[in-house]
Order: sequence, then C-alpha cells, then structure tokens
Amino acid sequence: MTGTLDSEALGTAATATTSLLRFATAGSVDDGKSTLVGRLLHDSKSVLTDQLEAVSRASRERGQEAPDLALLTDGLRAEREQGITIDVAYRYFATPKRRFILADTPGHVQYTRNMVTGASTAELAVVLVDARNGVVEQTRRHAAVAALLRVPHVVLAVNKMDLVDYQESVFAAIADAFSAYATSLGVPEVTAIPISALEGDNVVDASAHMDWYSGPTVLEHLETVQVTHDPTDDAARFPVQYVIRPQTAEHPDYRGYAGQIASGVLRVGDRVTVHPSGQTSTITAIDNLGQAVATAWAPQSVTLRLADDLDISRGDVLAPSEADLVPSQDVTATVCHLHDTPLVPGARVLLKVATRTVKARVEDIPSRLTLADLSQHPAPGQLVANDIGRVVLRTAEPLPLDPYARSRRTGSFLLVDPSDGSTLTAGMAGDAFADADSPVATAADDEGWDF
Amino acid sequence: MTTAVTVPEETDNPFALSHLDALESEAVHIFREVAGEFERPVILFSGGKDSILMLHLALKAFAPAPVPFGLLHVDTGHNFPEVLEYRDRAVASNGLRLHVASVQEYIDAGTLRERPDGTRNPLQTVPLLEAISAGRFDAVFGGGRRDEEKARAKERVFSLRDEFGGWDPRRQRPELWQLYNGRHAPGEHVRVFPLSNWTELDVWQYIAREKIELPAIYYAHEREVFSRSGMWLAPGEWGGPKDGERVERRQVRYRTVGDMSCTGAVDSDADTVEKVIAEIAVSRLTERGATRADDKLSEAAMEDRKREGYF
Repeated sequence: MTGTLDSEALGTAATATTSLLRFATAGSVDDGKSTLVGRLLHDSKSVLTDQLEAVSRASRERGQEAPDLALLTDGLRAEREQGITIDVAYRYFATPKRRFILADTPGHVQYTRNMVTGASTAELAVVLVDARNGVVEQTRRHAAVAALLRVPHVVLAVNKMDLVDYQESVFAAIADAFSAYATSLGVPEVTAIPISALEGDNVVDASAHMDWYSGPTVLEHLETVQVTHDPTDDAARFPVQYVIRPQTAEHPDYRGYAGQIASGVLRVGDRVTVHPSGQTSTITAIDNLGQAVATAWAPQSVTLRLADDLDISRGDVLAPSEADLVPSQDVTATVCHLHDTPLVPGARVLLKVATRTVKARVEDIPSRLTLADLSQHPAPGQLVANDIGRVVLRTAEPLPLDPYARSRRTGSFLLVDPSDGSTLTAGMAGDAFADADSPVATAADDEGWDF
Repeated sequence: MTTAVTVPEETDNPFALSHLDALESEAVHIFREVAGEFERPVILFSGGKDSILMLHLALKAFAPAPVPFGLLHVDTGHNFPEVLEYRDRAVASNGLRLHVASVQEYIDAGTLRERPDGTRNPLQTVPLLEAISAGRFDAVFGGGRRDEEKARAKERVFSLRDEFGGWDPRRQRPELWQLYNGRHAPGEHVRVFPLSNWTELDVWQYIAREKIELPAIYYAHEREVFSRSGMWLAPGEWGGPKDGERVERRQVRYRTVGDMSCTGAVDSDADTVEKVIAEIAVSRLTERGATRADDKLSEAAMEDRKREGYF
C-alpha cells in the first residue's frame, strides 16, 4: 500500500467521471455462467487478493485443486453447502470507462423469480448458451424474461466455443436462431458474441482463435453500450415521495415536493397536473439536491415547488397537463408470482406502485404462460411461485398507472400480503410483449395474449 | 451482428448521469421512502466514513428542512477520541438528536462479559437491539455495502428483522425495480441500507466531490502501533499491547473505523483525499480484509453475526 503512486493514477482515479451500467446474467453452472462472471471479475482485476485467497482456501477444504471461481459469487452458507445459487447476488466492478452493478441470477426454472428480480433493474442482460447445445428451452426462457421485463439490451454469449473448434458456422447458426426469437418477442437489440469463458476468449481480451469475429469482447460491449436513452422521448412522471415543510424562521412558507423523476424531463414553467386529484399548477423551482436548476430529468432526485398551494401528498403523481394519463381502478397486467403461497382469484392484497400503496382485489387470472414456448394455459385457477401469468385487478382508488411497455418505473408494481407484509407478486401493467408479432403458433383463447 | 457498432461517447449525451450522480439519487430516494413510510427511523452513526456519508445524504434529501430523524451510536467504549469528537460536532452543528447504546454500561452491570481477546465488536449486538426496542425505532439505517463481504452481497436495501432482531436470509423479500416493501409487524423493524450499491472507491470519490470532512485518522499520520494477526493496532485502555507485542511508530491511516481492539491501521502515506483514492484504486486487498480481525473468524463469520442481529 505504500508504493509510490504515479501522478497519472492520482489524477484519473480522483477525477474520473464514469457512467453506471446495471446488468444481469442468466444461465446455469452448466453453461459456464459462474466461470464467465468469475472471469469478468478476475480479468478486470476486480477480485482482490484476500477474496481470491479465501476462495482458494475454501476450494482446498472441499478437496478441489484449482480455485473455484463460482465460490466468489455463492455467498450464503446454504448455497456453499449445496453448491447452488438460491438468490440474486450483486457484484460490483469497475473499469476506467464504467462502473458496473451485476445482478447474478440462477438460471433454473424454479428460480424464474430471481431472474425477474435481477432483470427488473437491468439495462442489459447477458444470456449464456453452450455452443454444443445451441438455443435450448432454458435459453428461450431467459430471452422471454428479458423481453417481458423490457431490458433494453440483450447479449447472447455463445460459450464453450473451444469445444466446437471455434467454428464460425456453429456460432452463426445459434446467433441467427436466437436473434430471430428475441426480436419476435420485441427485444430491441441483440448482440451475439462467441466466447470461451474457461479459456478467456472474447471475455475481456479478444480471442486469438476466432479471427472471423470482428465485434467487441463481452467487456468491451459492456463498456461501450449506450445506456442513457434520451429522456425527452418519454412523458414526464413525478411520483411525490415526501413533502418538505421546514416551518422554520428561515423558511416559514417553504413547501417542496420531494421525489425521484420516474421518466422524462421537467422544466421550470411547466404546467403540471396532480394525479389522481386533477388539480393543476406550474413548476416555479426545481432544487437538484442543493442546486437550483431550470431542467431536471429521470432518474434525478429533486424537490419541486409549485405556484399554487395545493393539497398534495405522498403517492400523488405530477405529470405534464397535456399528458394522456387517465387514473383507473381496473388494472390488467402480466405478473410473476414470487411467494410460496399461491395467488388466487378473490385474494385481497395491497398494490404498491411508485410511492402509492392501495388496497386491491384479484378479480381474475385469465391465463398462465409457459415461458419456454410461450404457450398459454387459460384459467389456471392460481399462480404458484415462479409462474408468469395474466391478472385482472380492481383497486380501491384510481391509480395513474402507465403501461409497463412505456414506463418501467410507473408501470411496475408489487402485490403485498396485507396480513404479514410479504411481497407476493411482481406486476407489469398492460400487455406482455406489446411490440412483437405473434412469434409462435399457440392455441390462443379469446382472452389470450396480444402479441 | 458480428460487426462493431460505433457508439457515441456516453459523456456526449447531455442527459447522462455520472455514476456518483446515479448512486446519490438512488440513496436520496431511499432516505425519502423511509421518511414517507415509517414512524420512527434512526441512523446508525459510528463516526466512520460510511455513516458520515449517510448523514450527508440525509441532510441533502430533506433540505432546507432538518433531517427528520436522529442518530444512534452503539458505543463500544473503545473509541478513537478523534471519532467521538467528530460525532459530537456533527450532532451539534446539524441540530440532531443522538441516542447512545453503551457496551460499557452493559459490562459494568454484568449483563455482558468482556471477551478473553478484548474485542468488543461482537458485544454490540445486544445493546443495539435493546436500543432499537427501547427507542421503538421501526427503520434503522445502516451504512453496510454489498461490496464489503460475501454475506452482504445478497442483502436487501430493506432488510426485515424479526422481533429478536434476527435476519433470516430465506425470509427476505424479493426487491424489484425501485419498489421497497417496508411493511412489518409491531416489534419487528427494517434495516435500511442506502449505500448498498456503493463501493469503497465510490464512497471516497463522493467524499472528494462533496468535500466532506472526515475524522483525521482516515488520513496518513504518525501513530504508535503494534502488530497483531498481521494488522497494526493502536495501544489503548482496551488492553493492547500484550507481552511480547512491540510498539513502534509508523506512518499509517485507517480504512475503516470501528472498535479500537479490532480495527487495524494500514501503512500509508496518503494524507489527502486524492491520495487515498489513488491508494484504494491500486490496493489489492478489500478494506475488511485489510483491517478487520472480526471478519477473519470464519468463512461465514459475517453471515452468523447478521443472523443474530448485528449491523
């Protein structure tokens, strides 16, 4: 630690401004996911000496000769004992270009809820396939989760290329099949990369074995993929979190509405409507954590002040007055059930969307979806943990809910058990794969999916 | 598909947020969620850099109003004087309410017994839980970060604790999007970790950007230390050094600040925040690995302590 520091390191480390990418990986140990994650952490020099020593020590105690990089990511005792991953683990690493938050999720079908959790905040998803097996049922499930959660960027990592002699034709066939499938689900962008996580080909450094491939390595792609989309494309939404009223001698009349801008851009002078009350006013000031600004955008946390003294409280949503936002008590949504207690029609629940929590009732569960082939099962009667399905809800109060397809932030909600507070279900308002053409022939019933 | 696409630099986008802006906005969002949904939150405040950062973010989140909750310090009695002084100054200058749970009082009363190794870190759990219960705190902010330790990598931002303060990894609620579920039964409480997604480097970069003052022991200084278990410990009333442990003067700084008996200093000449950042950027050890004896107890040391209600 006492080594001399060159001035370049000093300068860049202290002043570097980098962006943040949240991404998720889906795949099983068999696909080499842990090896890929371990290699990304290791080769980007994010695994520190004491962590590596701990892994080596644990590996030796279990009789393994080489350090098992999967132990870097399997944290809980139960997981180590059973050699499985049961939960979403968050990993942090950085390169000079970018900071990364990796949601590392298990791939098996009984862990769909973990994959959904990891994908919910991801801007990019890495789907792994084994080059020897190509696109299999699990791959289609992972693609469907990424599409359902509207992860903007999907990377297909075709792993174990060393075991198929680094053949371009093998890669191209898998990449084509996957891209066609993902595109049909409405995934806006697929990048396919041939890799060998074990050998290190195209993970951090370019492969010496695949000169037919001229694209980026996995890390290069993670470092350069564009993560900021233009917020001016989105309608502005401001869920009020908290009303700031100092009532001090210095600020006797200050009344600020604190919140994180969920989507779009807000400007001083904008005419806004308060939902669900329908009152209107004009933004007179925006405080960006101590700095007065004229413009603010998602996902900044700000405090707004308005021209009029209105009755606004936590849970209200401010939106531009010209927005087509119509609060409704009837919600149709695609959900992933998370809890071990099944969700049934008639269930009384709490629905939490943005900063608002209201009572709701499950009116109907019209269908359940099999992710692997997108086949539907009408009237399933219930949804059990890891099921994806369609639900119809009635809420006690009108909610200013956006279609999830338009806003991941104000179109997403949780169902909560009012008796013990458990999180039951994750919901996405509106249609599941709204942009896609019908990808597969299914025996759709009348209340089927709008592909 | 196999051709590289030219992507414009992220910084060309006028709406791009730096990673520090993104982390700051997320943490402020978490503070405001808690203020909106809980009755009696409290910030665990040790005077260490992570708790100082939490206080800074809370001040920003509610300005120009004061922070709508107080601080809780679990005082092991083995404090660095510089840190206590910092704590008292922060409380006074921001008009905050400070609650103190004293490990020493428990030892004096005979409810807790001093350990043979003299470390008091594991003794903090009971005073912490009783202070939470006595103060009827329903949300307790902690400075824990997921990058610190494996058992923390799966920790939620809102972490539910039962009426005994226990943490059951299997009872933790899935956390999706930015929707935090803080519902709890009477007697239960929720630990809230607004710095979950920060790394040690982020913390220091943000401290530099915001010009946040820290206790001086975070920067290189000359100090009398002795070596134990590969760490430099400071002599003090807590019981070091023992026979055979030789005290020497070295240029050191602290990467973490906890109980004096188990928080080690590292050799360092980083006497400014910029030098500290550069030092961390090239360091090959995690901060806990370098400086915490308590985490070396076993592979699952942190997991076990968390289950019992530790921070």
